[in-house]
Amino acid sequence: MTKMKIAFNWASSCGGCEIAILELGTKLVDLANKVDIVFWPAALDYKYSDLEAMADNSIDVAFENGAIQNSEDEHIAKLLRAKSKLLVAFGACAYLGGIPSLANTTNRDGIFASSYKETPTTVNPEKTFPQTKVQVREGELTLPEFYNTVKTLDQTVDVDYYVPGCPPVGEQVSKVINQFVDGPLPPKGAVLGASDKSLCHECKRIRTDGKITKIVRTYQTISDPQKCLLEQGVICMGPATRGGCGSICLDANAPCRGCYGPLPKAIDQGGKMLSALSSIFDAQSEEDIQKLVDSVPDPLGTFYRFSLGRSLLRRTKP
Amino acid sequence: MIAAIEVEKRFEPKIVGFLCRWCSYAGADLAGTSRIKYPPNINAIRVNCSGRVDPTLVLKALASGADGVFIAGCHPGDCHYTNGNIKTLRRFKLLQKMLDQFGIERERVRLEWVSASEGERYARVVKGMTEDVRSLGPLNWKRTVEAVA
Amino acid sequence: MKTVTINPVTRLEGHGKISIFLNDEGNVENAYFQVPELRGFEKFCEGRPVEEMPDITSRICGVCPEAHHIASTKALDQVFHVEPPPAAKKLRELLYSAFFIADHITHFYILAGPDFVMGPSAPKAERNILGVIGKVGLEVGSSVIKHRSDALDVIAMIGGKRIHPSCGVPGGVSKPITEDERARIESIAKSEVEFAKFTMKLFDDIVLKNKDYVNLITSDNYATETYCMGTVDEQSRVNFYDGKIRVVDPEGHEFAKFPAADYQQYISEHVEPWTYLKFPYLKKIGWKGLVGGKDSGVYKATPLARLNVSEGMATPTAQAEYKRLYETLGQKPVHSTLATHWARLVELVYASERLLQLSQDPDITNPNVRNIPTQTPDEGVGAVEAPRGTLFHHYKTDAKGMVKNVNLIVATTNNHAAISMSIKQAAEGFIKKGEVSDGILNMVEMAFRAYDPCYACATHTLPGQMPLDIKIYNRNRAILHNIRRP
Repeated sequence: MTKMKIAFNWASSCGGCEIAILELGTKLVDLANKVDIVFWPAALDYKYSDLEAMADNSIDVAFENGAIQNSEDEHIAKLLRAKSKLLVAFGACAYLGGIPSLANTTNRDGIFASSYKETPTTVNPEKTFPQTKVQVREGELTLPEFYNTVKTLDQTVDVDYYVPGCPPVGEQVSKVINQFVDGPLPPKGAVLGASDKSLCHECKRIRTDGKITKIVRTYQTISDPQKCLLEQGVICMGPATRGGCGSICLDANAPCRGCYGPLPKAIDQGGKMLSALSSIFDAQSEEDIQKLVDSVPDPLGTFYRFSLGRSLLRRTKP
Repeated sequence: MIAAIEVEKRFEPKIVGFLCRWCSYAGADLAGTSRIKYPPNINAIRVNCSGRVDPTLVLKALASGADGVFIAGCHPGDCHYTNGNIKTLRRFKLLQKMLDQFGIERERVRLEWVSASEGERYARVVKGMTEDVRSLGPLNWKRTVEAVA
Repeated sequence: MKTVTINPVTRLEGHGKISIFLNDEGNVENAYFQVPELRGFEKFCEGRPVEEMPDITSRICGVCPEAHHIASTKALDQVFHVEPPPAAKKLRELLYSAFFIADHITHFYILAGPDFVMGPSAPKAERNILGVIGKVGLEVGSSVIKHRSDALDVIAMIGGKRIHPSCGVPGGVSKPITEDERARIESIAKSEVEFAKFTMKLFDDIVLKNKDYVNLITSDNYATETYCMGTVDEQSRVNFYDGKIRVVDPEGHEFAKFPAADYQQYISEHVEPWTYLKFPYLKKIGWKGLVGGKDSGVYKATPLARLNVSEGMATPTAQAEYKRLYETLGQKPVHSTLATHWARLVELVYASERLLQLSQDPDITNPNVRNIPTQTPDEGVGAVEAPRGTLFHHYKTDAKGMVKNVNLIVATTNNHAAISMSIKQAAEGFIKKGEVSDGILNMVEMAFRAYDPCYACATHTLPGQMPLDIKIYNRNRAILHNIRRP
C-alpha cells in the first residue's frame, strides 16, 4: 500500500505554526514512518520545482499556514491546491488572516512609505525602492508583488478544513494530524482541533454576573487571578472566541485576545465581541455610556486582533 | 437636431432599517396611513426590539451593499422590554467608535428613538438621513475592498 | 548569462531566494540573496494600545517570539518610565534563558545540524531532522526532543503558552512563579546543562574531529571580515537580556559601546531594489556596499559576533568553552561563518547554566513582580539579544499610550549584508565551470544557515513606494500629462 503523502507550507507567516508541528515531539518520527512528507520548506530541502513536478492531486493532505499577502503567497497557494486532494488552513493566519491582516488597517503605500519617511534609521536619499522587476548588471531579478489587502487562504483558493489557533496548541495539533492520517474526517468545511463552545466554558476563573463601570487597561491594574477578567474591567475576548486551547493565556494572567477565532454560528468575531462587551456595561444614561465607550482604547484592533481578514468589512476604507 | 441630453442618474442610497415592533415600526405605519411622504430608500425590517439588533447585522448590511443603516427604537423609558433600547444604545455607541476606525462616516449608521405616535418624526428622520447619505455618495463596500486588492 | 536559482531557501525561518548568475565560463559572476516577504508591523501597529505590543510583536516570529516579547516589554518600561521589581527582571531573564535553549537546540539539530550530521551533499530526502534521528538513533533523538520540550515547559510556566508566551507588562511580568514551579525549573535546568555539554561533545565528535568539516569551517569560502555587534554586561561578558551594546572592528578593537536608547546614533538602514529587506550598517562608517573590512559599515550580529565583542562568558563551563573556541581557531575575533555554529553551542551552555543560576536565586519566587506605572507614556527603546542578533524595539506614543510610531531593527536584518556577502562568497567558491548539483547548491545555502536567519523577523516592514506611471489623455487620445513616480 502506498504511503499517504502530506505537505506543510507557509505563506505570510511567523513560523509559529511550523514550530507547532514540532509539538508532536517523538510522534513526528512515528508520523514520518507512516506517511511521506513530500514538501516542508521549514524542515526539509524540497524546493518549489519539486512541488511543480508533482502530479495534480498527488498530495493527500497539505497544511498551509500564513495569510496571503503577496503574489508569491497566492501563486504557491494555488499550486498547492492543485497538487493536493485536501487543503487545510492551518493556524489563525490562514483561517482568519491573523496578525498580518492588521495590515488591512493600512495599505501598500502606507507600509512602503512608513519605513522610508518615518523610521528614523532609514537613509535613502537616492529614493531607491524595491521593485517587482530589477535589472542588475548581471541580469534580471524579480520580487513578488505586495498586496494592499491581506487575504485568508479560502479567499484565495478552495479550502477543505480549518485548524484555528495562534498557533494551534500541541495537543490539538496531535489530534488533528492523526485525524487526517487515520480518519474519519467530518464533512468538508469543518473547523478541527477546537471546541464549539466559547473559551469561557474552559476558563477556570470564577464568573458572577458582574457588570462594569469602566474599562481598565492591562498595565493599569494587577488583576485578581481567580476572577473573570471582564468583570474586573479588563477586555478579554473569551465570550466571542472558540475554546479548545485550554485557556492558557488566562493562566498566565493575560487576557484572551481571540486567536482561536469566532464561534460556529458567528459570521464576524469582532461584531460579536463588541456586542458581548457592551452588554456588560453598567450604564443607563447616554453620558455614562459614552464615558465607557471612550475608555475602550482600540475596538477594531482588539476585537479583530486575529480575524480582520475574515471579518465582514475585511479592511478599513482605503 | 436636438442633441442627446445625458441625464445623470441621481444616486439613490440603499438604507437598511431595523425598526422595533412596538414603537418605531408602528410609527412608520402611522406615517404611511397619514399619507406623509418620505423617501422610499429605506428598506424596513421589523424586529421585536431594537435591542435585538446585533452589531453584526449592521456590519453585514454595510458589507453587502447598503449605503446606510438606520436603527429605530422606543424612547428610553418606553421600551416594551423595559431596557432593550438602552442595550441598543450601548452597542450603538461602541459600534460608532469602531466604524470611525473603519473609515465609515457617522451619518451612515444612525440610531433614533421613534414612538408609535411619531409618524411625522419618522418621515422627517428618514428624509434627513436619506439626504445625508446621498451627499456622502455610495458606500459600495465590496467594490471598495476589491478595488484595492 | 545563465541563472541558477535556489527557491525557496529551506531549513531556516522565513522566505528567501538565491539567484546566482554564471558567466560564459560557468563561474559565478554574482549571487543575490533576495527576501521576498514583508508584513508591515511598523505601520499597522500605529493606533494600537502600546501595552498590547508585546503580544502583537511576538507574532513577528514564531521561532523567537520571546525575543520580541521581551524587547517590547523593555521598551514599555521606558515608555511608561517605570522600573520593574528585581524579581520581575529575573523572571524575564529566566524565561529568556529557557527560550535561548529551545531556539538554539532547534537551530542546531533541526535546521542546520543535518548539514553536518548527514553531510552537506547527502541526498535531499535525508538532509533533515528525520535523517539526523535515523543516524544518531532514537535515544539521542528523543533526548533532543525532550530537552527542547522541557525548555518550552519553562516558558509556559512563566508565560502560559509554549509558543507566543504572554507575560510582559510595563513594570514587570504578569505573574510570579510558585515554589513547585521553581523546583521543576531547577530540575530541568540541571538536565539542560548536561544536554548542552552533550551537544558540545557531539559537535566535537561529528564536526571538529572531521578534517573535511574543519577545513570547511576555516575555508575562505565561508569567511566575511566585518564589524561585530552584541550586548555585554558590566564585565563585558555576553548577556542576552540586558547590558550595553558593544561594537568591535574586524580586528577586534572596540568601536562603540552604547545603551539601547542611543541606537539611532549608531545604526542606519540602506535600501536595495531587489530585496524587501533593508541593510542596517554602522552610521559613523557609512554604507560602502556589500563589502567587508574596516571602512565598510557592514556588521554581523550573530552568536559568533557576540562572542567576538565580549571578554568572556558569565558562567564557568561556557567560559571554558569560550576559551577553547578561540584557542582552537587561533585568533580573536573569528570571522569564519561556519564557526557561528560552534559559538551557538557555547551560548547553549551559557543559557542552560544561567537558567540554573536564576532558578536557584532566592528572589525568583518573590510574589512582588509588578510596579504599576504612574507617569504619562511617551517614548522608549527596548533591546535584547535575539538568538540571531541584537534586536531593537522603539515606540512613540501619545499621552494616552496609543502607538504613534514604531521602529524595529530586527536581529536577522542586522545580518542581511553579511549573509548576502557570505552567499556570494560560497557560490563563487563552490560553483566552477557551470557544475551545479543539489549538493553544491546546499553548500551555498549553508552559508546563510550558519546565521540561523529569521526572515519573518527581518521582514516586518519595508520602505519606499511602488513605481507609478499615469498618463492623462484628452478626448482625442492625446496625452496631456504624464506623471511618473519611479
